[in-house]
Amino acid sequence: MTNKILILAEHDGATLNPGTAKAVSCAAAITEHGGGTIDILVLGEGIDGVAAQAAAVAGVNAVLVTDAAHLAPPLAVNHGPELAAAAEGYSHVLAPSSTYGKDVLPHAAALLGVNALSDIMAVEGARAFKRPIYAGNAIVDVTVPDDVIVCGTSRSASWPTAAEGGAGAVQARAATSQRAAHTRYQGLAGAGGDRPDLQTARIVVSGGRALGSAENFEILYRLADGLGAAVGASRAAVDAGYVPNDMQVGQTGKIISPELYLAFGISGAIQHITGIKDAGTIVAVNKDADAPIFEIADIGLVGDLFTVVPEIEQQLS
Amino acid sequence: MKILVGIKRAVDYNVRVRVKSDGSGVETDGVKMSVNPFDEIALEEALRIKEAGKADEVIVVSIGNNDVQQQLRTGLAMGADRAIQVETGDTLQPLTVARVFKALAEREGAGIVLLGKQAIDDDCNQVGQMTAALWGRPQATFASKVVIDGTTATVTREVDGGLETLEVDLPAVITSDLRLNEPRFVKLPDIMKAKRKPLDVVPLDELGGHAGAAPATGRHAAPAPRSRGVMVGDTAALVAELKNRGLV
Repeated sequence: MTNKILILAEHDGATLNPGTAKAVSCAAAITEHGGGTIDILVLGEGIDGVAAQAAAVAGVNAVLVTDAAHLAPPLAVNHGPELAAAAEGYSHVLAPSSTYGKDVLPHAAALLGVNALSDIMAVEGARAFKRPIYAGNAIVDVTVPDDVIVCGTSRSASWPTAAEGGAGAVQARAATSQRAAHTRYQGLAGAGGDRPDLQTARIVVSGGRALGSAENFEILYRLADGLGAAVGASRAAVDAGYVPNDMQVGQTGKIISPELYLAFGISGAIQHITGIKDAGTIVAVNKDADAPIFEIADIGLVGDLFTVVPEIEQQLS
Repeated sequence: MKILVGIKRAVDYNVRVRVKSDGSGVETDGVKMSVNPFDEIALEEALRIKEAGKADEVIVVSIGNNDVQQQLRTGLAMGADRAIQVETGDTLQPLTVARVFKALAEREGAGIVLLGKQAIDDDCNQVGQMTAALWGRPQATFASKVVIDGTTATVTREVDGGLETLEVDLPAVITSDLRLNEPRFVKLPDIMKAKRKPLDVVPLDELGGHAGAAPATGRHAAPAPRSRGVMVGDTAALVAELKNRGLV
């Protein structure tokens, strides 16, 4: 059977989130097993720009655009039913494994009466996948039965961003759902600033408890701004109150896969390593030569971060 | 108002999980089992809502064989009023679990179904979403703050872009993120008291049985390890190495 894959686009109303193009890579891996087509569903209001970006992702066949006022906030109770309705006739439905994808996809799967796969990290066949369990400490093979729609989220850290240069056909698709009156969106307080997003940044600079204070994190912000990097932190630094929660990298925070990860004063607890083990290159700077992070670092330097960070900044400028 | 809290028996979060040598699963023999940490946070939140006078009863629910009674007793010792064991010897998929919670929510007339956002064993992160979908009620996942005001709840959610706020009508499904609260420690007298609290056993079939075709689980493997790289002597060598590799 030829695969017919629908991907739920993630966007902020103006820009397509890179997780979507990563899901396209996952879908492309599925089409290597029996061929098929990849369509993208964009839900929102005033989203022609997003649709155009989705159509430009290489390998995309069609972009279905459902433009409706009640779909403007990314609420699962509105987007879930819309995704379930759009899924008719498809063999696979995918979403990025972001907080948005994880919120909406299982909702839609339940409406379709099917089970869902979280965090697809490898494709072994059109219905055979690998996914991590126990925070990535085990990888399990999972096969979906033939007669049901495959619903899954694609693990962003496992898939490259699909190239541009596609020419998907943009088609309007009328909304089938009504606004769920029981849920009211009140807004998003952005973690924001001008720094890149932790999940999608090419370079991430990260600090641990050794930073010692919120003020001392300034040296990492300065280095990051010079590199165009995002800033992360270990759980210890978050628990100590040096930085806000949304900067936490690790099993219980964000799982990231930047090209370059620079860890300063991070010892390398298992729960932190779980969050970075798909990074391209890991650099560790720590005073303690026995810190476990050196076991997995590609480049290690035993030294005082308060000396090394300004030196890096100076030598790169 | 009643609050239904799901608590899953899972490998303790401090245990270093190992894949069995035959690939049939992970080693659970002789391994410490606990309440899934996210579920413990969900229970703590339910207890705080009750202690603030905004709920009358907190009911803990677990699904499994008699082993889960251990985790239910922990929940009762933390302060839940009663417990329900949904009895089955099978490992269930999230869709079936969601159907169980929907059925119990309706049977009990629950105002909130409070669940952990995910279990730290299968890492699915699906049951809350699926329960809301099947139940046709609001879905507030990944909560870091919950404020109950009469018939509504204002929930702050930890999403990738920051903190999102929803106002939902009750009844609703809420799932806890890690930073919603810090669960209390259980005191010895509470453990004694918990033994006298009611624990009902309900067969899975009474609540609808299995739902949806289950994916087949195959081989388990340990993840590919990262190997140790090079150590450099000073910052200049570090910067040179980064430049050599074209990273900066």
